[in-house]
Amino acid sequence: MAGIVTFAEQRDGKLRRASLEAVSEARRLADALGTTVGAVLIGSGVEGLADELAAHGADEVYVFDDAALSRYATEVWARAMAQVVGDAKPKAVLVPFTAMGKDLAPRLAAKVGAGLLSDVVGLAVKDGRLEARRPMYAGKAYATVRWEGDPQMATLRANVFALGARDAARKAEVVKGTVDTAARARATAIHATAEGKLELTEAQVIVSGGRGLKGPEHFHLVEELGGAFGAAVGASRAVVDAGWVDHQMQVGQTGKTVSPTLYVACGISGAIQHLAGMSTSKYIVAINKDADAPIFKVANYGIVGDVFEILPKLTAQAKAYFAAKG
Amino acid sequence: MKIIVCVKQVPDTEARIRIAPEGNAIVESDVNWIVSPYDEFAVEEALRIREAKGGEVVLVGLGPERGQAALRSGLAMGADSAVHLKDPLFDAADTAGIARALATAIRALAPFDLVFTGQQGVGGDNSQIPGLLAEMLDLPQVTMAVKVELEEGKALVNREVEGAHEVWETSLPAVVSAQKGLNEPRYASLKGIMAAKKKPIDVKDAAALGLQAADLAPRTKVVALELPPPRPPIRMIEGDADTQVKELLRLLHEEAKVI
Ligand SMILES: Cc1cc2nc3c(=O)[nH]c(=O)nc-3n(C[C@H](O)[C@H](O)[C@H](O)COP(=O)(O)OP(=O)(O)OC[C@H]3O[C@@H](n4cnc5c(N)ncnc54)[C@H](O)[C@@H]3O)c2cc1C
Repeated sequence: MAGIVTFAEQRDGKLRRASLEAVSEARRLADALGTTVGAVLIGSGVEGLADELAAHGADEVYVFDDAALSRYATEVWARAMAQVVGDAKPKAVLVPFTAMGKDLAPRLAAKVGAGLLSDVVGLAVKDGRLEARRPMYAGKAYATVRWEGDPQMATLRANVFALGARDAARKAEVVKGTVDTAARARATAIHATAEGKLELTEAQVIVSGGRGLKGPEHFHLVEELGGAFGAAVGASRAVVDAGWVDHQMQVGQTGKTVSPTLYVACGISGAIQHLAGMSTSKYIVAINKDADAPIFKVANYGIVGDVFEILPKLTAQAKAYFAAKG
Repeated sequence: MKIIVCVKQVPDTEARIRIAPEGNAIVESDVNWIVSPYDEFAVEEALRIREAKGGEVVLVGLGPERGQAALRSGLAMGADSAVHLKDPLFDAADTAGIARALATAIRALAPFDLVFTGQQGVGGDNSQIPGLLAEMLDLPQVTMAVKVELEEGKALVNREVEGAHEVWETSLPAVVSAQKGLNEPRYASLKGIMAAKKKPIDVKDAAALGLQAADLAPRTKVVALELPPPRPPIRMIEGDADTQVKELLRLLHEEAKVI
C-alpha cells in the first residue's frame, strides 16, 4: 500500500522523462515521510517498463496492461488511477504536468475527492504534510500552498524536479490490475507532428528566435544554432502569429511552459507573456541588439549584438567546441 | 444546439502584481481585468456553431460583482444570455469548489449539447476546470481543442499534444476546452455592445444553487504569496562579435557548467 502514488506516463512504450522525475520526487518525499512509492503504468505491452520505474525509486508498480489500452483515453485512465488510489489510500498522488497529465489529473481529482495543485515547481515536507510551491500570474508571483486532507494531489512541471540516481538493482513488486475500457471520448487518429524533433517541454537546451530575425527566410539561423547545441527550437508568439513557424514551437503564456537548463533567446524582446513560459529556466542567454530589451532583466548572460552576426559565429564556434569535446 | 460556455475574468496579462498585506493574495485595486484569452476562443467557437446550426449560447461565470463585465463582453460578442454565480462563500473556494458551483449551475441548464471552457484560466493557470466539470457532470471531455466539427450526436475534436496531433471522437453532450489555434475571436461590434446591455444575466448565490459552506470547503489553501526570487545579476559580455561568442561558450562551460 503505497504512501505516494505517481502516474507513469508512457507513449508508444516509452516512459516520459517527466514520469521518472515524478517517481524520483515521490521517492525523496516518501523517504522523508517514512512511506513507500507506487507507480501506475497503463498501456498495451508496457509491463517491461516497471523495471525502469523501480530503478528510479518505485516500491510497487501497478500495471494495467491490455491490448485495449494502446491509446490514452481520459475516462479509462482516470478509472484505473482511481482504483489504485481507492485501494492504496495514499497520502499523495503525483502526476506529470504534460498534455496527458493536464487532461487526466483534474478528472481523477474529482473522482477521488482530492485537492489538486497544478504546475507545481517545488514540494517539501512540513510537519508530516506536503507543502507545494507554484507560479501564479505568469510567474510574477509564487504561491506556497497546503492541502486539507488526503490525498494531496499535484501535477509537476517537467524538467524542474531532479531525476534520482538510477539503481538497476532496485526491484519493485508488480501488482496487476484490470479496468473497464469503455470511454465516450477517445482518439481515433494520431499524427506525429514533430518526427525527429526534440520536444520543447522535455529539452535540456532550447534555442528560441523572435522578430529580431526579421523574416521566415532567416529563421534557419536559429535552427542551425539549435542543431549545434543539440537543442530544441522555440519561438516567440510574434513569429508564430506571423506564420514563420508552427505554433507548437511557441514559448510563453499562450504557448509552452519550459524549464530547460539553458535557454538562448535570439532577437526576442522578453515581453512578460514570453517570460511566463521560460523564466524558470536555469540559465538564460539573451542576444539582442537593444541593450534596454527586457529580456536582459532575466538573463544570466547577455550579448548586445546583431543576430545576423552573432548567430552564425556562435553556431560555428559551438560546433567546433562540441566536436573537440567529442 | 444549446451550448454552455464558462467565462472567467482574470487580471490583464500585462498587470503589475503587488502582494496584499495579508500575504496570500494580490492587491486587486490596481489590476485591469479582462476575459481570460482562452475563454474568448471558447465563446467564439460556440457562436460559430450557433451560426451554423442554430440554437443558443449561454455563458456561465463565477466571480465577484466586477466579474459581470466578463459576461457582458461575451454577450457583446453575441452570446444570448448569462448566469452569474456570485456569493462571498465562493471567494474562499478552491478549484474543486468553483467547479462544483459551475457544475450545479450547468446541470440546471440541461438539456444542452456542449460545454466549452478555456483550456486554462490565465493567472491561476490551473487547467483544472474542464476535467473537474466533466467528471462532476458525468460527461466525456476533450481538452486543448484546436478544431471542433459536429456530426449527428457526436463531435470530432483535434487536439495537440507533445509531438503529435490527435483526432478525438466524443459523444454529446461533452466538455471541450479551447486551446490557442481554435479560431480568431471576433471583436464586439458597437451594436453588439449596445445589445448586450439588454441581455439577461441571471445572478445566483450559493443558496440558489443549493450549496452550503461545507460543499465548498477548500481542499487547498494558499498560505503565502510572494514575488519571484530575484534572478542573479546579468553578466554582459563585451567586445567584438568573435570575442563575445568565445567568452559566452567559455562561461557556459566553466561557470554555468551547462555545456
Ligand atoms: C494575451 C497575450 C498572450 C501572449 N502570449 C505570448 C506567448 O505565449 N509567447 C510570446 O512569446 N508572446 C506572447 N504574447 C505576445 C508578447 O506580448 C510579445 O508581443 C511577443 O512576445 C513579442 O515577440 P518578439 O520578442 O519576437 O518580438 P518583439 O517584441 O518585436 O521583439 C523583437 C526583438 O528583437 C530585437 N532585434 C531586432 N532586430 C535585431 C537584430 N538584428 N539582432 C538582434 N536583435 C534584434 C529587438 O531589439 C526586439 O527586442 C502574448 C500577448 C498577449 C496580449
